Amino acid sequence: ITSSQAQRARENFTSDQIDHKVAEVVQFILIKDQKKIPIRRADIGKHVIKDYKHIYAEVMNRVCRTFEQVFGLKLVEIDLKQHIYILINKLEPIRGQTVSMHPGNPKMGLLFVILSVIFMKGGTIKENLVWNTLKKLRLDPGEKHDEFGDVKKVVTEEFVRQKYLEYGKIPHTEPVEYEFRWGLRAEKEVSKLKLLEFVGELFDQDPQNWTQQFREASTSGTSSQST
Amino acid sequence: MSRQMGDGHRLFLQNMMTNGIVSAAQAGMLHKKCCELHGGQEKIDDFINVVNTHLQPLFMHIRKGMSEEDGQEHFVLVNMAETDITRMAADYAENELELFRKIMDLIVESDSGSASSTAILNSADKLISKKLKKKEAELVLNKFVQDKWLKEQDGEYTLSVRCIVEMEPYMRTIYQDMIKVCYVCHNIALQCQVCENPSCEIKVHLPCVARYFRARSDPHCPACNDFWPHEIPEMQAPQSQSSQNLPSS
Ligand SMILES: [Mg+2]
Ligand SMILES: [Mg+2]
Ligand SMILES: [Zn+2]
Ligand SMILES: [Zn+2]
Repeated sequence: ITSSQAQRARENFTSDQIDHKVAEVVQFILIKDQKKIPIRRADIGKHVIKDYKHIYAEVMNRVCRTFEQVFGLKLVEIDLKQHIYILINKLEPIRGQTVSMHPGNPKMGLLFVILSVIFMKGGTIKENLVWNTLKKLRLDPGEKHDEFGDVKKVVTEEFVRQKYLEYGKIPHTEPVEYEFRWGLRAEKEVSKLKLLEFVGELFDQDPQNWTQQFREASTSGTSSQST
Repeated sequence: MSRQMGDGHRLFLQNMMTNGIVSAAQAGMLHKKCCELHGGQEKIDDFINVVNTHLQPLFMHIRKGMSEEDGQEHFVLVNMAETDITRMAADYAENELELFRKIMDLIVESDSGSASSTAILNSADKLISKKLKKKEAELVLNKFVQDKWLKEQDGEYTLSVRCIVEMEPYMRTIYQDMIKVCYVCHNIALQCQVCENPSCEIKVHLPCVARYFRARSDPHCPACNDFWPHEIPEMQAPQSQSSQNLPSS
């Protein structure tokens, strides 16, 4: 689309119509984000943009600005080929019991444990190590948990679908083995320093006791703040 | 020129999005915390007005609502772009939504403003989209309560503050004249007392009855002046009054 074509397309819509379309896209993405489902640009086009496709770029620019200015959220494209977005939080959530915990929140504790184990093991970890760690915390992946239901399913399906974790085959293993890595959403949303603090609280240790990980976490935290 | 949105307002809004509804006391604590973390001096009503100004182009609004049970004020994040309960579709299956509509029917059509678990579970057996077994229906009911759409007490289910505030346009459209408002506060009245004068029959919320008739030994209907025969409930002072007295830094 040339810029003159885009300009002619824009002239076909009133300012109110464009405002309304921006609001619709914001709503669509917020609803998807409730379940941390990554958003495909194709879906935005198909379900919301529809006839406004020639001014897609303008609408999306305003959508991004709205998320930042009104909600403190950032719309990030995590897959440049497939054009997949996630919405990440730029603000630090409030700790404590000011407001009742959302039912989904205990799962974040489960996720943090797994992300921290992966991080402390250098970024990739065999599946068995995760299950063994969870067992030590009385979260047996083979049994139904009161809070999480099927722990293995939450970890290998839900967290993967939400792109907090990557779960894949280890090549050239017989019988086949699987490994976990951090997912794209975790890379963008989770502070490694906060992760170490969390685990320190959980195991009652000082993060500085894990020297290598703490150094990397500090460096990672510094660089992420500057972006 | 309206006030700019700061990180404190954004953080408050994020919490409203996560919770859907908070009590006035919770909102007060949240407001205080957001101002401490990100700076801010305005009172909570002004603070929320700033948020609402920026939500307006997005057809969203933080609205106040009163609990029909105890008169306590709440803040609800309302999505005005949706005109029916398809907004719940992100969280529920088609037959679960159908059950929810039936529950609303039962509650609106009842004199008590509530529906028994027995009546609800009987409805679950007659769903058009896909029947729910009794055990499944019980789980769905629990989910409605957990997500703050319904309240349950002793096996009786009522519509929550969140539901009444968010679903008001839908309810007015679907139920029309069956929906009555409280004579005192002018909000939808489901759990209420009714004047027994056949030519009057106004409805008044229990908390509104308590406030209106407070310290009167000989209560009369505010509309037709007939004797008000119902027992005047005792209500403790609404939480919102004490929350407004919380010091805001
Ligand atoms: Mg700021
Ligand atoms: Mg700030
Ligand atoms: Zn009332
Ligand atoms: Zn009367």
